[in-house]
Amino acid sequence: MSVTIRDVEKVAQLAKLDFSHDQKVELARQLDEIVAYMEKLRELDTDDLQATFHVQDLDNVFRDDETKPSISQESALQNAPRVNRGYFSVPKAIG
Amino acid sequence: MSTEVKYEPVIGLEVHAQLLTKSKIFSTSSAAFGGEPNTKADPVCLGLPGVLPVLNKQVVVFAMRMGLATNCSVAPISIFARKNYFYPDLPKGYQISQFEEPICEHGHIDVELESGRKRIGITRIHLEEDAGKSVHAESFVASDETLVDVNRCGVPLIEIVSEPDIRTPHEAYLYLTQIKQIVQYLGICDGNMEEGSLRCDANVSVRPVGRERFGVKTELKNMNSFRGVEKALEYEIERQTRLIEGGGEVVQQTLLWDADRGEAIAMRGKEDSHDYRYFTDPDLVPVKISSTWLDEVRESLPELPTARKGRFVSEYSLPAYDAEVLTDDRHVADYFEQLAEVCGDPKAASNWVMVEVLRQVKESGGGIRDFEVSPAALGKLIKLVQKGDINLKTGKAVFAEMATTGADAGDIIAQKGLAQISDAGELAGQVREVLQQNPGEVAKFKAGKEQVIGFLVGQVMRATGGKANPKLVNEILREELAR
Repeated sequence: MSVTIRDVEKVAQLAKLDFSHDQKVELARQLDEIVAYMEKLRELDTDDLQATFHVQDLDNVFRDDETKPSISQESALQNAPRVNRGYFSVPKAIG
Repeated sequence: MSTEVKYEPVIGLEVHAQLLTKSKIFSTSSAAFGGEPNTKADPVCLGLPGVLPVLNKQVVVFAMRMGLATNCSVAPISIFARKNYFYPDLPKGYQISQFEEPICEHGHIDVELESGRKRIGITRIHLEEDAGKSVHAESFVASDETLVDVNRCGVPLIEIVSEPDIRTPHEAYLYLTQIKQIVQYLGICDGNMEEGSLRCDANVSVRPVGRERFGVKTELKNMNSFRGVEKALEYEIERQTRLIEGGGEVVQQTLLWDADRGEAIAMRGKEDSHDYRYFTDPDLVPVKISSTWLDEVRESLPELPTARKGRFVSEYSLPAYDAEVLTDDRHVADYFEQLAEVCGDPKAASNWVMVEVLRQVKESGGGIRDFEVSPAALGKLIKLVQKGDINLKTGKAVFAEMATTGADAGDIIAQKGLAQISDAGELAGQVREVLQQNPGEVAKFKAGKEQVIGFLVGQVMRATGGKANPKLVNEILREELAR
């Protein structure tokens, strides 16, 4: 297996997710299958191909530099579990 | 083995410049600074589900301008990437930035050192969105919380990354001030470090002189003034050098500069905090810049500070010092040029701007664009001085009054009866009176003490309430003393 439990733990930590040992084993197996599937791409010769950056053949989708009214402070905060003086209140982020 | 080893610093700077667009980089709420918390929010910058970012075209143009102004090659195709990390002031959980294929690469600017011109490379310039603001310190913040304001979330930034070509804190200062001048001249950023519209991080290491390999570097953050950057670098270079000389090793870490205490404090290390797992943002399509578009932007570039400085010396015959002071701020340079045109005497215009105008502007607390006295009004005053209607000293007093009241020079002079006395007959009377009152000084002059004339001129000026034409007074005095 090329994807190890250690890899799963590292990605889980970066994503702030907690898993039981059994879940980690299962995830490692699934991720390994996905990676193995992607390995198939190596069979193709891509040396002379330009990289594809987007699945749709589009570029330069712009808007002009114009403002529209923002949503109200009340709407912006309405899903927040905790609010203080118009701010989102979140668990303390620095010691 | 204690032969003396000399160390040299190796410095690279990362400068973030907030772009002066009306709206945010990927959404339509206002990008203006400040306001009540969370009043410049929209579903995109809040990271609500189902929203799509759409790129602001002006942002691309601004980045192109900066790339061209710093001799970069502008990429025909550039793409956006997600930089993944969790921080409360970034609601989406990733910052949209550029990683592979940034919009500009391989540029440089030249700084003027005493030893000559030095080229500092620019690795890349890329586009990204700013994060929101976390509030920790205010009195209303409870001990268990951090408060978040998303107004700044999505404000467009360019990040300008230099090559590690900088060797002294002074070079870093010169590089940074030139970057500031360029963004201001281009009109793409207001360049204010104190307010955070221009921010600078530094990577710094030291190595024995002559060695090619770089030492272990630290990253300095939180330097919020141009001199602060210079000071923080001096501090960190000395710290690293002493550490190595004492047999220690530099640890790779991020340091926060504390300007009040004059020291850099290590940020608590977060494991894996630099594992950003960049990947191409599937919500945004590539930016393609044709040579036609690039040419259009190139043609719209204003004259840049270095070129303008050179022109001020050649076109107006100004000393290099004057040109340097006048071109530091684009709007001051504009003011000077208009003034020189109106009054027809570039050196006089330069003296007035460098001393009187800049002093009054500083006292007013605003910028030169809000200054009460227009170049046309000041030009008129300078002409009055040149014609001899008022003397220079009175001219300066009139100018100070114009700056506070906005009144016209001619009106102030008429109202206060400040017109210079250039009537030789009237002045001759005053001169004779002064000579009579100061027989001792007259005797000294006749005995060869030439400098006494200055005192006597002063007495006549005083007797006329400062209104006498000093040149004429001088002439008459000499005539009278020669009798």
